[in-house]
Amino acid sequence: MSVDAKQAPREAGRAAVVQMRGISVEFPGVKALQEVDFRLLPGEVHALMGENGAGKSTLIKALTGVYTPTAGVTLLDGREVSFSGPADAQDSGISTVYQEVNLCPNLTVAENILLGREPRRFGAVDGRACRARAAELLADMGLHIDPGSVLAEHPIAIQQLVAIARAVAVDAKVLILDEPTSSLDQDEVAELFRIMRVLRDRGVAILFVSHFLEQVYEISDRMTVLRNGRLVGEHLTADLSRLDLVSLMIGRELGALAEVERLAGQAGEEASTVPVLQATGVGRKGSVAPFDLQINRGEVVGLAGLLGSGRTELARLLFGADRPDSGQVRIDGKALHLRSPRAAIAAGIAYCSEDRKGEGVVADLSIRDNLILAMQAANGWARPIPRKTKDQLVEKWIKALDIRPADPDALVGKLSGGNQQKVLLARWLITKPKVLILDEPTRGIDIGAKTQIQKLVAELAQEGMAVVYISAELEEVARLSHRVVVMKDRSKIAELDQHATVDDIMRLIAHVDERSEAVAA
Amino acid sequence: MTTSATPVKGKAPLGAILRGRSVPGRVVPVIATFVLFVLLFGVGAARYEGFTSGQVVANLFIDNAFLIVIAVGMTFVIVTGGIDLSVGAVVALSTMVAAASLRAGLPAPLVVLLVLLMGSTLGLLMGLVIHYFEIQPFIVTLAGMFLARGLCFVVGVESISIKDPTFRSFATAAIPLSQNVSITWSVVIALALVAVAVWVLHRTRFGRTAYAVGGSESSATLMGLPVAKVKIGVYVISGLCSAIAGLLFSLYMLSGYGLHAVGMELDAIASVVIGGTLLSGGVGYVLGSLLGVLVLGVIQTLISFQGTLSSWWTKIAIGTLLLLFIVMQRVFMRRQP
Ligand SMILES: Nc1ncnc2c1ncn2[C@@H]1O[C@H](COP(=O)(O)OP(=O)(O)OP(=O)(O)O)[C@@H](O)[C@H]1O
Ligand SMILES: [Mg+2]
Repeated sequence: MSVDAKQAPREAGRAAVVQMRGISVEFPGVKALQEVDFRLLPGEVHALMGENGAGKSTLIKALTGVYTPTAGVTLLDGREVSFSGPADAQDSGISTVYQEVNLCPNLTVAENILLGREPRRFGAVDGRACRARAAELLADMGLHIDPGSVLAEHPIAIQQLVAIARAVAVDAKVLILDEPTSSLDQDEVAELFRIMRVLRDRGVAILFVSHFLEQVYEISDRMTVLRNGRLVGEHLTADLSRLDLVSLMIGRELGALAEVERLAGQAGEEASTVPVLQATGVGRKGSVAPFDLQINRGEVVGLAGLLGSGRTELARLLFGADRPDSGQVRIDGKALHLRSPRAAIAAGIAYCSEDRKGEGVVADLSIRDNLILAMQAANGWARPIPRKTKDQLVEKWIKALDIRPADPDALVGKLSGGNQQKVLLARWLITKPKVLILDEPTRGIDIGAKTQIQKLVAELAQEGMAVVYISAELEEVARLSHRVVVMKDRSKIAELDQHATVDDIMRLIAHVDERSEAVAA
Repeated sequence: MTTSATPVKGKAPLGAILRGRSVPGRVVPVIATFVLFVLLFGVGAARYEGFTSGQVVANLFIDNAFLIVIAVGMTFVIVTGGIDLSVGAVVALSTMVAAASLRAGLPAPLVVLLVLLMGSTLGLLMGLVIHYFEIQPFIVTLAGMFLARGLCFVVGVESISIKDPTFRSFATAAIPLSQNVSITWSVVIALALVAVAVWVLHRTRFGRTAYAVGGSESSATLMGLPVAKVKIGVYVISGLCSAIAGLLFSLYMLSGYGLHAVGMELDAIASVVIGGTLLSGGVGYVLGSLLGVLVLGVIQTLISFQGTLSSWWTKIAIGTLLLLFIVMQRVFMRRQP
């Protein structure tokens, strides 16, 4: 299938802002894109769809001059262009949020939003005007944080919003958002969509990438599907059912979406009642209020709550990444002094961070080396692992998580975002911890792989591992968990059993809201 | 992480705490340097008569004017996450070129121009290699250091004294500040340069971009910032500063010599680090570096007032301080997420 005028009668009279024809991009040993056609119309949200590694981010980078295509032409407003880099593309009116947060952690929020286009007075950057302008832009997105605070102090989700604020701060005719919603909550997503609609109605052409089908169907007018670096087709969203979309993406007929659902992990019958981890009164001032938590063998405990409710902070306390200033943690009944992550790891606690770029994978090493690092750490440095065992294990995990390319020697930094996430996950799974804390493990992962990972988690639990599962997707949490801990305003407000539904969780979060509002009034 | 401002949707009281937040972590080392300077000075004042005289303070600036200038250039480089090992050698080369061309009869203004041009060109070349060939700044500027030192001896192996009247009068001119305190033109130039540098690094887009590059070069590129311009620019600035420092040094010594300023790059790096700039880039202040130089200077003064200690004790003190400050920075950085 190719771009066909008959397929899309709606754009009559509208000329494409961006038109890419026959684009190919090659990396040593990888054909990331092969003769892909793509176009973007003004006043439209266009979703770019495909599995992890399909070439979505590569297409975006080819458009904005980060990569130079080996073949093909790009037209902007009908004129042939070839950008020398992101700066050049930006000057031509293309504003981009690349996958992952690409901001400077050492600078303030305001500086990050306005870098390169700060308001100036007499040639000097006007700090006050900067902060005021940034505060305005953030408020437009419903975000009330101090623009003068350092970016690194904020959780990933806030950083993602800041990156988006930066992109929408300019009057661009093309706005590109590569997985902007991967760590956002429903409310933030709704806010983002509101802004996207405003921009769209103003005639901005928006390119949107997401692995959440719900979001794609909610916001997009048209979609282009890629598979293995090739164009599969362009369709109006209204004309393409979810089922068809999924089968276009993965290239196989899928009986039904229900099949995907069936494959997905489900909380097992009954978890044991043998406690592995017991936390009593654990807390840290300014981070999480003291809480009690017990996690049993073979149990999946979900952590639900809104952005900033303290989910990640709680996990970091259990892992010793932040030192608790009250309470006690016991592992298998033995008191554990949580001084550092090292102590936690030694006691059998693993924490798979939501910030894979900052504290996750080693980008300059191969998949094999990344996995072996984890194995060695688990095994003790003094005891070498035979080469053959290593190779077998590496192969096993690459397969289990469907890491692509399935080449152990590929550098992790060059993998697509979703595949990097899988490597990170594998690193921790390999260590066979007693307690595994997963913080947004399916972030940026395509639906096929997502169900696979959920299944894996359920299996691991059945084998006796205790899992703490943090996710912004309540569905996922409700389905997988034996117990759900609900967080709000940095404290634990409830614990629900296996029969908890998304509605129950939502109600709990909302309910307390009403009450505190009543008190405030 | 603990200070992460929650989106204030949930009316988190944290926001309020944050607003009242005292100094951000990265200013702490600068303040510490300042406190240290005051302490050291206090020790001197308590123990030695005449330590608090205005001229002692003035001499602190007079004797370290050139170091202040290269520390300023070095701050730019280190803020972007780079390093410049060539500065000491470029200072020496500048004194040599200045002395030799003055001896050859070139007019003083032309000599100044020549030296400045040479310094910035060397910086430009190193910057270009670092950026376009993606080679470690450590290696490239190490090569630059050997090159500049070598060139000194191509110009001449012996020390060349400067007899040019303009240079001499400039060197010896005293600017009286009060009845018995005076400074030299070198101090005025160095402090003017500090003022300009503060403005450029902290108030212009160029400066902001330097911090961004130091924070994350790949992000800065994707944000569409002029990374190449800034990355190369800081080496040009450092080269230019080295040349200016070289001129000040030739005023100070009234000679050019290939063995001048040996190891001065290390003094400069030490001052910058003691002044609170992170070697990994992204955090630092020009005024911090100035304070760093003054701390080094005051230690030197203390030891000369003491009289019996060998000047090598300065090195020991600097080494200890450096270690102390790096450890302190680690601690403060770790507090942050
Ligand atoms: N710099 C690079 N060097 C080598 N290979 C690369 C590079 N960047 C991407 N690739 C490869 O190109 C292919 C497409 O990657 P891309 O990042 O475009 O995928 P994606 O569709 O964005 O996936 P995801 O949903 O996981 O983000 C992958 O096989 C990846 O390994
Ligand atoms: Mg991608």
